[in-house]
Amino acid sequence: MIYLELFITFFKIGLFSFGGGYAMLPLIQTEVVDINQWLSVSEFTDIVAISQVTPGPIAVNSATYIGYTVTNTVFGSFFATLGVVLPSVIIMLIICNFFFKFKNNKFVENAFVGLRPVVVGLVLSAMLLLINKETFIDYKSIIFFALAFFATYKYKIHPILLTLVAGILGYIIY
Amino acid sequence: MNKYLEMFSVFFKIGAFTIGGGYAMVPLIEAEVVDKKKWIEKNEFVDTLALAQSSPGPIAVNTAVFVGFKMDRYKGAFFTTLGAILPSFLIILAIAMFFREIKDLEAVESAFKAIRPAVVALIATSVISLSKNSKLKGMAFIIPIAVAACVAFLKITPILFIILAAIGGNIYMAKKGGTKQ
Repeated sequence: MIYLELFITFFKIGLFSFGGGYAMLPLIQTEVVDINQWLSVSEFTDIVAISQVTPGPIAVNSATYIGYTVTNTVFGSFFATLGVVLPSVIIMLIICNFFFKFKNNKFVENAFVGLRPVVVGLVLSAMLLLINKETFIDYKSIIFFALAFFATYKYKIHPILLTLVAGILGYIIY
Repeated sequence: MNKYLEMFSVFFKIGAFTIGGGYAMVPLIEAEVVDKKKWIEKNEFVDTLALAQSSPGPIAVNTAVFVGFKMDRYKGAFFTTLGAILPSFLIILAIAMFFREIKDLEAVESAFKAIRPAVVALIATSVISLSKNSKLKGMAFIIPIAVAACVAFLKITPILFIILAAIGGNIYMAKKGGTKQ
């Protein structure tokens, strides 16, 4: 049964994809293109491209898209998306339960002393990974970056407003 | 507004504008959940991200689960998670149904040429505010820079640093005589 297969495959993808984002791509490709042969390599590349121009986590985007393409029904999307999200939701609920029970425990508090600077580093790494030729295509990209940084850091412009303004400017300029 | 509807709609908004995936949602969650709604305190936000990073799957989903659970346990987590996922689900479904050709997305692509560098700027601002909120000072600044370099350039998995940090925090505090900062 295809819906069950989609659910199980994406459950597996969701379960083994620490770090989120593009870290999940090789795993998705192996499962969807190589093992199940639901998509060709070029169709998979299309999904990556679509994910880059749509909001939301890439894992969810791929699951929704592949679920529909394979079955041609909304149910395919539903079961694939449910599968990819469920492991993280279940594990996160267990972590939350543990955290709120033991957050005043000395060892947990001490662990967070170590975790805080590391998390800052992880967000910084996400920023470094975005500084590439796909993001900075020409000198205008650098101007957009500088203006956006000035607007958010100095004037605390809301991220949604900034994204909308940047989108409109991009549409006009490029 | 109904509490659950409010939780749903805040995360729906976050889900709809999280472009680039992963940490790109950090600035938006900070603006909505920390600054505007005050559902999470500034210094608690770094801890939230640490927990979100400890579970597999998208950071956006994990953060939604945490905030929802904190507000109203399982029921809360259900509404925030649904809100975070639904926008991408609906948009991708529409694309899969109607625009199978990439070239239909050319207008969107040109908008994104400007959005991408703007997202880098948003994350840069978040890095600054997160390091302020986690009260980093002096030599402690080496840690985030070293971690960032290892993850971004050496492609070492983040989960390794999460485990090392939890252990390292305990060793560090034990050496300081177990006193709290």
